[in-house]
Amino acid sequence: MKEFTYERAASTQEAAAKAKETPGAKFIAGGTNLLDLMKLEIETPRHLIDVNGLGLDKIENTQDGGLRIGALVRNTALAADMRVRKDYGVLSRALLAGASGQLRNKATTAGNLLQRTRCPYFYDINQPCNKRSPGSGCAAIEGFSRQLGVIGTSESCIATNPSDMAVAMRALDAEVETVDDRGRTRKIPIAEFHRLPGDTPHIETTLASGELITAVTLPRPIGGTHVYRKVRDRASYAFALVSVAAVLQRDGTGRVAVGGVAHRPWRVEDAEADLPKGAKAFSARLLADAKPTNDNAFKIPLVERTVAAALNDARQQ
Amino acid sequence: MPKPVKLEVSRRRLLAAGTATAMAGVVPGAQAQPHPSRQKPSQRPTGVSFEVNGKPRSLQVDNRTTLLDALRENLSLTGTKKGCDHGQCGACTVIVNGVRINSCLTLAVMHEGDRITTIEGLGQPEQLHPMQAAFVKHDGYQCGYCTPGQICSAVAVLDEIKAGIPSHVSPDLTAPPELTNAELRERMSGNICRCGAYSNIAEAIAEVAGSST
Repeated sequence: MKEFTYERAASTQEAAAKAKETPGAKFIAGGTNLLDLMKLEIETPRHLIDVNGLGLDKIENTQDGGLRIGALVRNTALAADMRVRKDYGVLSRALLAGASGQLRNKATTAGNLLQRTRCPYFYDINQPCNKRSPGSGCAAIEGFSRQLGVIGTSESCIATNPSDMAVAMRALDAEVETVDDRGRTRKIPIAEFHRLPGDTPHIETTLASGELITAVTLPRPIGGTHVYRKVRDRASYAFALVSVAAVLQRDGTGRVAVGGVAHRPWRVEDAEADLPKGAKAFSARLLADAKPTNDNAFKIPLVERTVAAALNDARQQ
Repeated sequence: MPKPVKLEVSRRRLLAAGTATAMAGVVPGAQAQPHPSRQKPSQRPTGVSFEVNGKPRSLQVDNRTTLLDALRENLSLTGTKKGCDHGQCGACTVIVNGVRINSCLTLAVMHEGDRITTIEGLGQPEQLHPMQAAFVKHDGYQCGYCTPGQICSAVAVLDEIKAGIPSHVSPDLTAPPELTNAELRERMSGNICRCGAYSNIAEAIAEVAGSST
């Protein structure tokens, strides 16, 4: 691990200002992803700003009947909150499908949104990777790409976003609240938060330099049946090959976001018009522009079958 | 001299296969790190104070020191084990402020004022914690390397169930979780046992859970 200096932030604005003005600075919250990457020297921050003491660990009701989840709320606390379990079940289910108990106890809401891909070529510092080392090339495209992206990919990168939580938040139309170095706040719709790789796969979100996530807000509950289906290589504690976050209504309408297939949670609102026709019609539209590799072409039928399973779960609940 | 064998495999395929081997785990590229004291010494030690097994401890550490290394190397509490050093195996599990975490994925300097419990704080040879006694009784290990982490995790798992925290396998999100074998196995999935003592581990935990409810 490379050396770094360390400070505990005193306020959100001060943390954002410090992050912007200090070369090589990074925020640290749970640290479960960042420290892993620092040990491998994939991340080499020169200064760490600890944001754990800023009181961002509360879940509050909002005036319009939704929830405001502090950036530092741990994954376990969010999954176990009774309001989330009752009204946003897809979010509880997605969180509980991710990582291990120990990691969920430490990992935070904002950190989960910012976690890096698990593409094996991103992790192997002996391989070219445009995300880790911009301009070096992508070893994944002609490499072992079974776990990697099938849609929204580019010539530069076929990595996937590894988060389960973000897939549920995409289905729930969450918004990401931030503060910048001058104390200005803004709300970023989750649909606009994660970027597609394009030719700059190292830029993963629309956050500005130093901008700090303070909360994630959920709009008023939309009812329906909440389902999170995750398909992975073992029954627990593995990243998704494909996952489906669905909120389905009795009349057959609903919302479906898919994980494990793209650089961000994949949702196509127009395709949801086809949900009443069934999984085949919906999935064909959802993945109409897919460009899978030979290794991961199986994900196309797997998405359709996982959506079918989710629709079936909803009918039985 | 024997004639070299022509291998029917391209360099690209060979590299892909090498990476594929690493990919079989949760995350590739994992390797344990040396303690920072064995790396280039830091010019900037940071002070941190926390409580370990009921005793206040104050340390000056290199910022890079994980909680795991602070416990093992600075405080000589070697019951907590370093397995993968990347949060994949759970051998380093300790209980911080009543909650189990991977001590390898957190910095010592981030624990100012925290209460830390390690395997040494749960019980001692002459006075075993009920979970330690149950692991002995049910033979919940072979080599024993993962055992301190398994036991710390198991103690915290029972508290998580008591607190009503649901799991991936809980059939009803809003009902109190039940103490089934499937629940225990799911909740313990962050603790890997290379010897495969899982069924005995599950029996040990079930016995302690049964006697405490």
